[in-house]
Amino acid sequence: MHAQGQDRAPEYFQTDIQYGAQIFATQCTACHGTSGDQIPGVNFRAGQFKRVVSDNDLRATITNGVPGTAMQPFAFGASELTGIVSYLRNMNSFDARGMMLGNAARGQALFAGAGNCASCHAVNGKGPRVAPDLGDIGTLRTAELLHRTLVDPAASMLPANRPVRAVTRDGKVINGRRLNEDTYTVQLIDEQERLVSLTKADLREFTVLKTTPMPSYKDKLSAQELADLEAYLLSLKGVK
Amino acid sequence: MNHSRRTTFLLLLALLIPFALRAQVTPDRLLHASDEPQNWLTYSGSYASQRYSLLKQIDISNVKNLELKWVFQAQSLQKFETTPLVVDGIMYITQSPNDVVAIDPKSGRVFWVYHYATSPAARPCCGIVNRGLAILGDTLFMATVDAHLVAIDAKDGHALWSVKVAEPTAGYAMTLAPLVVKDKVIVGVAGGEFGVRGFISAYEAGTGKQAWRFDTIPDPDQPGHDSWRGSDWEHGGGAVWMTGSYDPELNLTYWGTGNPGPDFNAAQRLGDNLYSDSVLALDPDTGKMKWYFQFSPHDPYDYDSVQVPVLANSNWNGSPRKLMLWGNRNGFFYVLDRGTGKFLAGQPFVKVNWASSLDANGRPIATPQPPGMPTYPGIQGGTNWYSPSYSPRTGLFYVSTWEDYGTIFTGVQAEYKEGTRFTGGANAAPIPGADNPGGIRQGPVNTYTEALGTGGVVALDPQSGQKKWKFAMHDVNTSGILTTATDLLFVGGREGYFQALDARTGALLWKENLGGDIIAGPISFQVDGKQYVTVTAGNSLFAFALRE
Repeated sequence: MHAQGQDRAPEYFQTDIQYGAQIFATQCTACHGTSGDQIPGVNFRAGQFKRVVSDNDLRATITNGVPGTAMQPFAFGASELTGIVSYLRNMNSFDARGMMLGNAARGQALFAGAGNCASCHAVNGKGPRVAPDLGDIGTLRTAELLHRTLVDPAASMLPANRPVRAVTRDGKVINGRRLNEDTYTVQLIDEQERLVSLTKADLREFTVLKTTPMPSYKDKLSAQELADLEAYLLSLKGVK
Repeated sequence: MNHSRRTTFLLLLALLIPFALRAQVTPDRLLHASDEPQNWLTYSGSYASQRYSLLKQIDISNVKNLELKWVFQAQSLQKFETTPLVVDGIMYITQSPNDVVAIDPKSGRVFWVYHYATSPAARPCCGIVNRGLAILGDTLFMATVDAHLVAIDAKDGHALWSVKVAEPTAGYAMTLAPLVVKDKVIVGVAGGEFGVRGFISAYEAGTGKQAWRFDTIPDPDQPGHDSWRGSDWEHGGGAVWMTGSYDPELNLTYWGTGNPGPDFNAAQRLGDNLYSDSVLALDPDTGKMKWYFQFSPHDPYDYDSVQVPVLANSNWNGSPRKLMLWGNRNGFFYVLDRGTGKFLAGQPFVKVNWASSLDANGRPIATPQPPGMPTYPGIQGGTNWYSPSYSPRTGLFYVSTWEDYGTIFTGVQAEYKEGTRFTGGANAAPIPGADNPGGIRQGPVNTYTEALGTGGVVALDPQSGQKKWKFAMHDVNTSGILTTATDLLFVGGREGYFQALDARTGALLWKENLGGDIIAGPISFQVDGKQYVTVTAGNSLFAFALRE
């Protein structure tokens, strides 16, 4: 019909699985056990569930709980749910021994220091607005997508965030980051951090750039440093 | 009868006839709906489903003077997909879940609201939506999301009868506007994501008694069953969730069918999977099938073929021919002979890579993409259920499109459990981490569509299959289309703009930002000498007419 059918994700990513494993270890093992088979009729490693078929069923059960049972509702964000679902779907083959655990405190230091992230990104309003505020990035992006963005930012940039360049009929150049666009207009935040809405018919030129000022951290940071930075970013869940 | 009684009788008759003529929507009026363009008597405007209005007050020169006359705000935040009926100065719409509202089309004020208590057992796949009503006599007919058919008095909004069409706990639902043909009300059932076995059924308009039923997935005793293996047919899908059309001369009613089940794991249902993704030509008196044409055999992409069949009479290779025009979700535009179902022509109207072309019989030459590579068009298709339009004046077929839009499809084993989703899919957008544009946008910020698909309206010449023009939109286009005898084309879009184009060239003539997705089709009607155009956007219905 006209909705997207989705029983399972096409692929589960190592970074998400690791993130899910960490959450599972702290939030789920008390009842389900470290092997996920402590509740009668449920065995995560064996893929045995009572009422779950699809990934969305899993998300719903975790979010809503199961009334009348010990399964309480959990207020996880989308990326946490993706992590948990990825882990549950791969528990039988995941080897935690190779897992590189990130340290969010060290990641925060990298964000402000060697990583130079804070020169473009704010966190909850502290910092510049040249690039998106990352204060709630831990709820918006999965662990896997954060990892990809750090190692290959241009390829991973979502279309919404692309830099745009507009030239008005009288020659004024406006550079900025796209916030929204439709057939007739575009909304952006310009380099002076002003919100600007432009009518395309008034422009001589309008270009959406496929490049990004953000550097790749693939060779700039070690694997451990990347894990630390990702742990910090995943911990950013907005102003509560 | 003596003289005085006869005189009295004739006098009474003379008094009653004008009222009867105005008040009663007879089968004959439905047959000739185009002769009363001031009204909008069926979901698609006429049995030919052209969504073409003969009204001429609004034209190319004055359309810029359209102004908002009134707004009706639905008491629902669900998608607003209704097409109104307008009958002798009264408008009838549905609002979610299954309310019927009678409205003064000059002021937008409400006469009455009929509320149907929808069962919580209803589980429509894609929103608690309803697309509109049918009318016969003084009775409105509504198909409900809990799979009932309800008859409602058009004067006072009270229910006259209600029948259960199918079992909602098994995943059956109804979202379409019924089609009245003669004395019968015809409906189809949704549920293709729940492994239902689809059907079309007809009910006596006066009583609700079932007159016939046609199963879209044949059982072992029915023709076409050999297109299935084993017991796969039992959950074979073939849902029918859009309104059909009718040709009174041929006495055939045409209905499109949806995906086979499970949607994406075709390995679980070998064979052509008849009559999924097909158009069926049925005798409206008996439900017997005269012919079928399957657009997408053994479909793994959810390419429902439920689009409204558009009937046009035109020359074909120099001779008059009864045509059926079809912009299919699978990305191909088809011309069929609607008397026989013979394939006449077909070619892509958007980017297509699941098939290289169609053979001489219209069967696709499949070109499955390697694992992990995107298939075009994606799940939502090159178009979907949005009503297209055909203008006999321009001879062009107009369809809303999703352009350059693909999905990475992966089939996974699906287990059938009654009433639960049975789709067998693990699908993804071509950009990692991005959500593919869904059937409806979730808010006012357009975040993904540029790289994942754009949209527009294309005008196709049925004779050549070629695009006459294209009106490009930044976002994918989910709107229905209306054309008029003054060569206007009205179309919305999910950005919320309601636009008037020149139907001959695609030039933009007028637009208004209505602030919410437009996912239904515009209509036009006339009351007290004034022509109106209405369309739903977001959660409201907007009515426009020329400035005084």
